Amino acid sequence: MSFLLLVEQLLNGLQLGVMLFLTAAGLTLVFGVMGLINLAHGSLFMIGAFAAAATSVATGSFVLAAIASVAAAVVMGALVEVTVIRRLYKRDHLDQVLATFALILVFSEATRWLFGSFPLYLNIPDYLAGPVTLPGGIDYPLYRLTIIAVGLIVAGGLYLLITKTRLGIQIRAGESDREMIAALGVNISVLYTLVFALGAGLAGLAGALVGAIQSVQVGMGEPVLILAFVVIVIGGIGSVKGALVGSILVGITDTMGSILLPALFRLFMDNASASSVGSSLASMLIYILMACVLIWKPTGLFGARA
Amino acid sequence: MTKETLFNAAVVLGLIAFPLWAWSAEEPFLITLATRVVILALAGVGLNLALGLGGLVSFGHAAFLGIGGYAMGILASHAQSYNPLMDWPFVIQGTKSMPVIWLVAMTVSALAALIIGVLSLRTSGVYFIMITLAFGQMLFYFAISWPAYGGEDGLPIYVRNSFPGMNTLDPIQFYIVCAVVLAVVLVFVWRLSQSRFGLALNAARQTAERVETVGIGVFRLRLTAFVLSGMITGLAGALLADLNRFVSPSMFSWQFSGEIMIFVILGGVARLFGPVAGAVVFILLEHVLGGLSEFWHIYLGLLLLAVVLFARGGIIGILTGEAQKHG
Repeated sequence: MSFLLLVEQLLNGLQLGVMLFLTAAGLTLVFGVMGLINLAHGSLFMIGAFAAAATSVATGSFVLAAIASVAAAVVMGALVEVTVIRRLYKRDHLDQVLATFALILVFSEATRWLFGSFPLYLNIPDYLAGPVTLPGGIDYPLYRLTIIAVGLIVAGGLYLLITKTRLGIQIRAGESDREMIAALGVNISVLYTLVFALGAGLAGLAGALVGAIQSVQVGMGEPVLILAFVVIVIGGIGSVKGALVGSILVGITDTMGSILLPALFRLFMDNASASSVGSSLASMLIYILMACVLIWKPTGLFGARA
Repeated sequence: MTKETLFNAAVVLGLIAFPLWAWSAEEPFLITLATRVVILALAGVGLNLALGLGGLVSFGHAAFLGIGGYAMGILASHAQSYNPLMDWPFVIQGTKSMPVIWLVAMTVSALAALIIGVLSLRTSGVYFIMITLAFGQMLFYFAISWPAYGGEDGLPIYVRNSFPGMNTLDPIQFYIVCAVVLAVVLVFVWRLSQSRFGLALNAARQTAERVETVGIGVFRLRLTAFVLSGMITGLAGALLADLNRFVSPSMFSWQFSGEIMIFVILGGVARLFGPVAGAVVFILLEHVLGGLSEFWHIYLGLLLLAVVLFARGGIIGILTGEAQKHG
């Protein structure tokens, strides 16, 4: 196995991690502030991807497509929060799981009804296509590097938003004591809608960015949703820092596992069974990682409350 | 006699009368539909033991359904190819006998539930939901990437397994086998919920500290409930695989876990017949709405949303006018 391949996989892992972070950040914020477990978050990811694909077909501009993805997800997120999600904050987790599971059914089928069952394609714009040569002579797709950069910029922006702005102070206050900040005159229901829409927008952006690598289709949100859950459980539910660490950890574990494990088993097995055992184990690896973290720290790496 | 008992009696009557009518009207498809209801209800009864009685919101019960299914698939595929399952240290042959398959399915599910339970019950709340989901996904991806038994394509079984004294190829006879299994399990779960164990489990769901204080180990209580719950759902998995004569990784999928949960909630959490009523309504909706519109999941979603938001006692709660069994 060459060094170049390892570096390339490491970058792929980083790219997957950054993309997961965009999805997981909203999920963990919504849980931290409102105590809500939202399965329909993957649908917002899907809505972003479809909005981007449709806009790209209509205008041909990738930037407009990305903006449309955020806008569509924010609007849809706010709409769902006001009509349905808001009624679930005081309910137990079981009700939240079921109601948001029901929302997935509605969103997926509505999207299938609007756009059909065939996947759409979102093209990478010309100025982002093709490889760049990194120091050390590694050719890596420019578009994937862009995703990493966008993700890191968003992570930085989110950090500033939460630590430096008034909204961020309210979000942090909302996490620690809801009644108190309501008593201090903060309009808590507007704050909740804002947080939900913010998370939705991030998921929508992730959908658009990933949509250009994969195909845009109904059901694309669910695998990402499950991965994002793994991420926030590892990081500690409610912690944005935990979501960042968890995303990178999951992204890198997944991509590195899929090449390192078969290679590891090849040391003491024949080729065919090594790759089958190795890839079986690699596909389970992040769930094993999650189970290990939870056994070691039952509330995740940076989690405070259960 | 309470309204709920009356309702339960009506459900039992329906589950006896409908297939008999379908049999006399020579509608084998409707009998198969009823068999599906009974098997899915059984899976729901399993989940309800953990979720309703124990308050353990498991979002990974498809794991046990899949394990039961694959136990059947693996044993039967070895029997149909006359290839022993294991030659060393002793020879294990595949089998086509349902009772043996059920026993294996339940044993393996119980073992899996024991391992998953020991690890998951260290956490609670959302973390429990998520870790059970993760174990389900783990098995899902394992089933997909494990090539020996069909991998992603699944594993077909050409002839339905046999039950002594019955011809299981006849839809009505297979229905009777499944319905009797459901009846036996329902009686077992009912007795269990009335027993000292059931009462303690119920109390632990409400206030774990008090139960701990009177000297009952809550962890062991919950673990036992989780294992029993996994066993029942595993048995349902073996039957479901026999009904479809096919097992595939989709039995492990998290959507399936969600569906089993829907049966329980739709019918009414912690009610003995909740999952049965839920499964009846779910299959009915699938059949009726599925015939009306290709996009029937939209209506299912909206209905489910309405039940969660406005009818917290489930169908039984609405029909009997009693509020939730517990909050």
